[in-house]
Amino acid sequence: MQKIKLVVAMLMLLNVAAAQPKLQVAIQLPTGFTSKVVANDLGRVRHIAVNSNGDLYMKLDRLVNGKGIYRLRDNNGDGVMEDTLAFGNYTGTGIGINNGYLYATSDQTIYRYKFDANQNIVNLDQPEIVVDGLMNKRQHASKSITFDKVGNLYVNIGAPSNVCQEQDRQKGSPGLTPCPILENAGGIWQFNTSKTNQTLSDGIRYATGMRNALGIDWNNEVNDLFVTIHGRDMLYQYFPEMYNQKRGAELPSETFYRVKKGDDCGWPYIHWDHFQNKKILNPEYGGDGKKEGAPNAISPLVGFPGHMAPNALLIYSGNQFPAKYKNGAFIAFHGSWNRTPEPQEGFYVVFVPMKNGLPTGKWEVFADGFSGMSPVTNLSAAKHRPTGLAQGEDGSLYVSDDKAGYVWKISYNK
Amino acid sequence: MRIKLAIFGLGLILLSNFSNAQTSVQGKSKQMLNGKKVYDMYCQACHQADGNGVPRLNPPLAGTVYVTGSKTRLIDIVLNGLTDPIEINGEEYNNPMAAHSFLTDQQIADVLTYIRNSFGNKAGAVSVAEVKKQRAKK
Repeated sequence: MQKIKLVVAMLMLLNVAAAQPKLQVAIQLPTGFTSKVVANDLGRVRHIAVNSNGDLYMKLDRLVNGKGIYRLRDNNGDGVMEDTLAFGNYTGTGIGINNGYLYATSDQTIYRYKFDANQNIVNLDQPEIVVDGLMNKRQHASKSITFDKVGNLYVNIGAPSNVCQEQDRQKGSPGLTPCPILENAGGIWQFNTSKTNQTLSDGIRYATGMRNALGIDWNNEVNDLFVTIHGRDMLYQYFPEMYNQKRGAELPSETFYRVKKGDDCGWPYIHWDHFQNKKILNPEYGGDGKKEGAPNAISPLVGFPGHMAPNALLIYSGNQFPAKYKNGAFIAFHGSWNRTPEPQEGFYVVFVPMKNGLPTGKWEVFADGFSGMSPVTNLSAAKHRPTGLAQGEDGSLYVSDDKAGYVWKISYNK
Repeated sequence: MRIKLAIFGLGLILLSNFSNAQTSVQGKSKQMLNGKKVYDMYCQACHQADGNGVPRLNPPLAGTVYVTGSKTRLIDIVLNGLTDPIEINGEEYNNPMAAHSFLTDQQIADVLTYIRNSFGNKAGAVSVAEVKKQRAKK
């Protein structure tokens, strides 16, 4: 009897093990590309960076074993990153490598760690503070970063608001003109990396009128800043008389901009409409779905379908991928929620072919299948959500996921 | 004799409880139907059709004591909105919720009864009187 019980118990254990295989979805890629999971189960992996020696750095927005930054390293060159180092006791999104330093951000502070000659960090527990006290009102608080070639750092300070209403996200509440948020948020700020312990006033507002430019990268081909911006929510829910359920799911566009110093992208007064190819005045500011607004605001390079959440941007400068990818843009779409009750959209990495900083063709889905299902009816069921992008020294593309904490390495095999 | 009386009394109580339960079941199913209408129009966009919310942004309504626990706290959230940091089952949620005091007492009672008995939740109905009482406290 005891024996039978034991056997039954063992069988049950086996069953449990068999019923919970390692979460794996098949990522679909263009012909010639392959993908490999290089990290998994690290929770909310947001942005990522790859050092010239192949080390992969991940910024976590939820601590794992008390740490917010993970480094994976392949010590013996067998292609498996078996060596894990965890440090940093803060959560956040932004991470990047520049001029001998690893930069990482919490929602209000930009830290940096110095590399030694062997690309090991010398001050793991005592990072320098580059900038402190950035706006953190929780909504759109992720501080994504990038660098130019002359020692400047660029940080997205998202607007803690949907569309700068008197009462945020209150149906019927009017929009504020001028929007006071734009003074210290809703744009990109530039800081000099030669100084530490800076505050907002030490930087300059490089560009404005951005709700949340979570995707941010410097384009070295044309020496300009490029960003992807999350568009406003709730057009259908607040204004069903102007935007029906389908239209409210497709609009406003998620946008991809080339940004020069002093540019204004028009938030909160307008949204981009990729059907009309116009800057449409938001209804909170007197719009009717057709009236245009913000005449001085720049137009995006591309308007994507609504709410897909472009969480990361990477201008590809590698030589591994075929020539068409050079200087083009990869954009990681996190996947929507504000399309409900329409099916959700996104959960993929898109490619925009570009030359001289301008698109040369239509955007296409490059890496798909992260959600593990089609269509995605309930967001909570999506298995993975693309969030970060990085380029390896060998030209490989890395994609992170903040749902299950995976990172894929995508390579091209000639 | 005493025992008989006691049994009779008990029977009466049981009977009246049963009939109360009957009315409340009918009342509740009507509340559930009307509550779903309110949910679809005002809540679903953020909290999603399955009540699981959106990670990092909009809190889930499934499997949390914020929904199945204190009714007064729940009513207050609908009336006043919620902008304070909130942690549910170890996760933080960052999008603010606007006040929904423009909903009628009946709509609030219906939608709260609906969310307390959907998405796997099972909790008592919320009455119009309970909402009225909380609104008066504002």
